[in-house]
Amino acid sequence: MSEVIIEVRGLKKRYGKTLAVDGIDLTVRRGEIFGLLGPNGAGKTTTILMLLGLTEADEGRISVCGADPMRDPLTVKERVAYLPDMVGFYDNLSARANLRYTGRLAGIEARELDKRIDGALVRVRLEAVADYKVGTYSRGMRQRLGLAEILMKGAQVAILDEPTNGLDPQSTFELLDMIRTLRDDGMAIILSSHILDRVQAICDRVALFNSGRIAIEGSVRELAAQVLGGGYTLQVDTSPEFGSLNAVLTAVDGVTGVEAEEPGRYRVLAMRDVRDAVARAMVNASAPVLRLASVEPSLDEIYRRYFEGLHVKT
Amino acid sequence: MSRRSGSPWKGSGIVFEKEFSDHLCSPRMLVLEWLILLTGIGAVFISIQGLRSTTAQDPFLFLRLFTDARESMPSFLSVLAFLIPLMAIGLGFDSINGEFNRRTMSRVLAQPIYRDALLLGKFAGGLATLAVGLASLWLLIIGLGLYRLGVPPSGEEVARGFVFLCISVAYGGFWLALAMLCSVVCRSPATAALSALGAWLLLSLLWPLMAGFIAGMVYPSNEVAVLLGIPNPQQIGLQQMLSRLSPGTLFGEAVVGMLQPATRTFGVVFASQARGAVVGAPLSFGQSLLLVWPQLTGLIAGTISLFAISYMAFQRQEVRA
Repeated sequence: MSEVIIEVRGLKKRYGKTLAVDGIDLTVRRGEIFGLLGPNGAGKTTTILMLLGLTEADEGRISVCGADPMRDPLTVKERVAYLPDMVGFYDNLSARANLRYTGRLAGIEARELDKRIDGALVRVRLEAVADYKVGTYSRGMRQRLGLAEILMKGAQVAILDEPTNGLDPQSTFELLDMIRTLRDDGMAIILSSHILDRVQAICDRVALFNSGRIAIEGSVRELAAQVLGGGYTLQVDTSPEFGSLNAVLTAVDGVTGVEAEEPGRYRVLAMRDVRDAVARAMVNASAPVLRLASVEPSLDEIYRRYFEGLHVKT
Repeated sequence: MSRRSGSPWKGSGIVFEKEFSDHLCSPRMLVLEWLILLTGIGAVFISIQGLRSTTAQDPFLFLRLFTDARESMPSFLSVLAFLIPLMAIGLGFDSINGEFNRRTMSRVLAQPIYRDALLLGKFAGGLATLAVGLASLWLLIIGLGLYRLGVPPSGEEVARGFVFLCISVAYGGFWLALAMLCSVVCRSPATAALSALGAWLLLSLLWPLMAGFIAGMVYPSNEVAVLLGIPNPQQIGLQQMLSRLSPGTLFGEAVVGMLQPATRTFGVVFASQARGAVVGAPLSFGQSLLLVWPQLTGLIAGTISLFAISYMAFQRQEVRA
């Protein structure tokens, strides 16, 4: 296991009478992308601000890169880069001047800074427009400029709050791709989002927030096992004329659930990869196997199921 | 509360540089500069017309450039008293809430600096802009005086003029601090500008009138005073004290004390105080400076208290928009 970069225990924050964050525990390691998911107002941004020392926690202990953001905010802010939700820049300055300002505030020495800015702008592919005023930039370009700032800072941790908010699919794809390269550089990345399928593609682990608490946490597969009752989902197509396959599929060892989606199409939930056993069972029952596909458990579905489950209980 | 580590000043120099250059390049600054330049020069030009006929009579001719009023045109001084607040409010009313509205606040505060540095850097940047503007105006007027009057200023006149410049900057600092306080408290720049302008109108125009009214209520004129046709001394004392709560009054008194060397006091003069004084004889530079010192201190103290209040308000503010 690699080194723990962020450790949070029993974090609480009150705004007046409402408990915005209610006892959160988190552990993030070097070189992983950790997703904070949840509906608006679930406490994701508040948690992020407390990690950065921009908001004071009421209770709990936080350690970011070995420093406490309450006692030692400058050390934390030196080692952590932050891309806020709907990031803003000084529109009357060029991209380069914007980066130079924050870079100097971050205490990067002048000659080194110019080099880093150039490198960062090349990596986010803004080098051609680096001297244009940011006022002329599109939403996606601003977001990429925000990433350039993170690259320039050379931080150990990057915290991105809703980085894909308001981006078109193409820009979202590009942005997430760039975020992935940050992880490959060995940065720990915390990412909050509600665009689930995109997040799923890049997150190593996710935590599902619900009214100030972390409801469930783990890799997407672990969550699927917890919420959907199976880590693997198969889609099985057979001829609609064949009749019900329910009994045949349920009998296969390891299968936890079977749903008939439409005549001849079934969804099979299993604890492990049972494609081989399912195929055998179908052939033995002389059912035509028209398709047998493993479906990645979708975060969207986990999310929806989880919150549906909550509503049923309450 | 645990003690925080690191210096609160770290980064304030960088914020200062950025604010200073932003202000100097901004079109808003250009408009304000031209406004002051045109009205100021106009006032001085007209006072020069009058002064040219009396060049030989006054030992402090140069200082009268600033204070002389002619018909249809107010003195340069009253133009300044009116326009400095406008300029300072113009520079400061969106300094903090503008960062929130541009959504740059959280990005800047995520850098390793304290909020102190941001506020201080912004204030210092605004004040430096103001000082540069006023200093260039001051030099311009002295140059104009040299050219049109043909008399060089004496060393004392230059010294007095310089103190006048410092007082003007302190006066501007007060309004800048007020505008910044409004920009911390109000999230919308328009509301902040309106409240700052409202405070300016209240303190500069209404307060002097109200001071007289309140003093009259507290110490009604007694029969002796009415018979003698003079106001009640206590009433005058209170009125003066109240009106000095307005920075406009402090500025006016301080500048008059500096630029009109014959000024010995700002209040009522009792016969005992005037005994042995040569009427109309100028005070020495040191004595004039002593005379205006409380006013100057008052302006600076007001600036610092306003800055402290905005500092406290800003520290308590949530970063999230």
